[in-house]
Amino acid sequence: MARFVIRRLLQSAVVLLGVTVVVFLLLQLVPGDPVRVALGTRFDPQTYEALRARAGLDQPLVVQYFDYLRRALTGDLGVSFRSGRPVTAIVLERLPATLSLAVTAVVFAMLIAFPLGIVSAIRSGSLVDHAARVFSQFGVSVPDFWMGIMGILLFSGVLGWLPPSGYVALTEDPGRWASHVALPAATVGLVTASILTRFIRSSMLEVLSEDYVRTAEAKGLRTRVVVLRHVLRNALIPVVTVVAVQLASLLGGVIVIEVLFAWPGIGRLTYDAVAARDYPVLQGAVLLVAALFLLVNLLVDVLYARLDPRITVK
Amino acid sequence: MKPVLAVEDLTVTIGTRRGPAHAVAGVDWAVRPGETLALVGESGSGKSMSVLAATGLAPRTARVTGRVHLHDTELTGLTEERRRRLRGRHIGFVFQDPMTSLNPVLTVGRQVTEAAEEHLALTRRAARSRAVELLDLVGIPSAGQRVDAYPHQFSGGMRQRVVIAMALACEPDLLIADEPTTALDVTTQAQIVELVADLQQRLGTAVVWITHDLGVVAGIADTVAVMYGGRILEQGPVDAVFGAPSHPYTGALLAARPDPAAGGGDLVTIAGAPPSPLDLPAGCAFWPRCPVRGDARCEHELPPLVPVSAGHQVRTFYPKPSDGERR
Repeated sequence: MARFVIRRLLQSAVVLLGVTVVVFLLLQLVPGDPVRVALGTRFDPQTYEALRARAGLDQPLVVQYFDYLRRALTGDLGVSFRSGRPVTAIVLERLPATLSLAVTAVVFAMLIAFPLGIVSAIRSGSLVDHAARVFSQFGVSVPDFWMGIMGILLFSGVLGWLPPSGYVALTEDPGRWASHVALPAATVGLVTASILTRFIRSSMLEVLSEDYVRTAEAKGLRTRVVVLRHVLRNALIPVVTVVAVQLASLLGGVIVIEVLFAWPGIGRLTYDAVAARDYPVLQGAVLLVAALFLLVNLLVDVLYARLDPRITVK
Repeated sequence: MKPVLAVEDLTVTIGTRRGPAHAVAGVDWAVRPGETLALVGESGSGKSMSVLAATGLAPRTARVTGRVHLHDTELTGLTEERRRRLRGRHIGFVFQDPMTSLNPVLTVGRQVTEAAEEHLALTRRAARSRAVELLDLVGIPSAGQRVDAYPHQFSGGMRQRVVIAMALACEPDLLIADEPTTALDVTTQAQIVELVADLQQRLGTAVVWITHDLGVVAGIADTVAVMYGGRILEQGPVDAVFGAPSHPYTGALLAARPDPAAGGGDLVTIAGAPPSPLDLPAGCAFWPRCPVRGDARCEHELPPLVPVSAGHQVRTFYPKPSDGERR
């Protein structure tokens, strides 16, 4: 298992290297000159050339890339064109906000989707099943920003239970953190829950028709044991992938929701960096998101092997 | 001796989009301790369904009527919860395909003993040593190590042995084997048949063997019931039924067996197809394919089950006269 993890980490490093190349090159294709933007109305040719030289932008592309890579390996992702602060610090300080939103949303989604998906599969065709399908149809078709606005109007405007926006760190004040994370996490989580419910339901239904489920029933096991030990365990295998993809994409930042709730996460950072053509920050944010994606994938592979003995981690 | 399991006037009707399907249309059979009953028939004749329905394993959409006695307990009137407690405890099941009837994510040891843990309240530790014992009983080499292996690490024949061990975990009075050799290759088939026969002798278990393999029936069964179109057409001791088949269908079925001694001639077949359970004929179900077709009653009237010799009954207006001496 340890060897498997190490090998997968090395593979991930190679992928990450590829990501740096792509991100670096893509940004060269984006129109707009960051130095011009940074200077704004203070533009004059001498300052412009001096700034370009200081940022290394007058060097050939290959040199610029290897320069970037060499410094990235030591944890130096450059300096923001906009604020002049180190990118590594800027990106990392956004991580807790994104992590807490993504994890809370996924946990919230699973708390809804698992009971609902399981019950609607076991009682397929029942009232609960129909209700679950209406819910998940609603969740995937209603835009999340609209749901977010409605949430703010109801829980913050009318009822006054929750703050309309903003972020408080978990380490600072857990209570206030919870009240701030509740609305954005529920908004994002509802969409995720809708997608998950469908997957869990169909995965459960598929396993329910397997011969070994009939074998389990023939043994006279309780329904609870049949469902949890025999059906759910097998149904989980494809569901894990979906949960992971959802989690990974939330870690990449839910831009609309972060902007709506003034949530200082990676999504918001990316949005601002694009608007300001702050290349170093954008590169740093994309790199971090890619690294998180790879990490989640690694966790999924390990989880797979634990769930399904037919998969060997060699 | 009183039967272990007795089925009386069992019907199974399954609601489908095209109307009710009469999968089992009134069936009676019984199996006594230590005895083997073979249910024989083509696919769709209702042989498996009659057994599944009797033990509460029919699909949810099925409506089951009739009486089923497990010893003195009537099963069809019981709640599903009461039936569940009897399944696995008093009745063990071996299904057709060992590649799909074992759960791929649980160790074989766990699967072998979970019924015993449920019904006999065994501890996990006691269950484990019981699993080794059972795997050993069904002839799995080095059972002590194999108990922690997963199904995909076993061959088809070995998996079927695991399934048999599983069925025997609570020492049931009755073993139901639903075409347990169909999915196996020929040499493995023989081993599994022998294993079940041997275990039956040692443990005194009654066996209901569902099959379309007449060769197996002749080898292991005491009594045989030939099913067609959801009904039994002929039943009785194996020697009587196979020695002197009285129903035209049984005769045709036996004639259709490939005969290795006859060399490479054409195989004998029965022309036509079995009736659809959605639309069973009013009279004899075999009438459309029957070579006899004595009179109009065959088409319009259901023939009664009539005795031809001791314990040997047949459902036809034209039983072939029994010549008990012919074997």
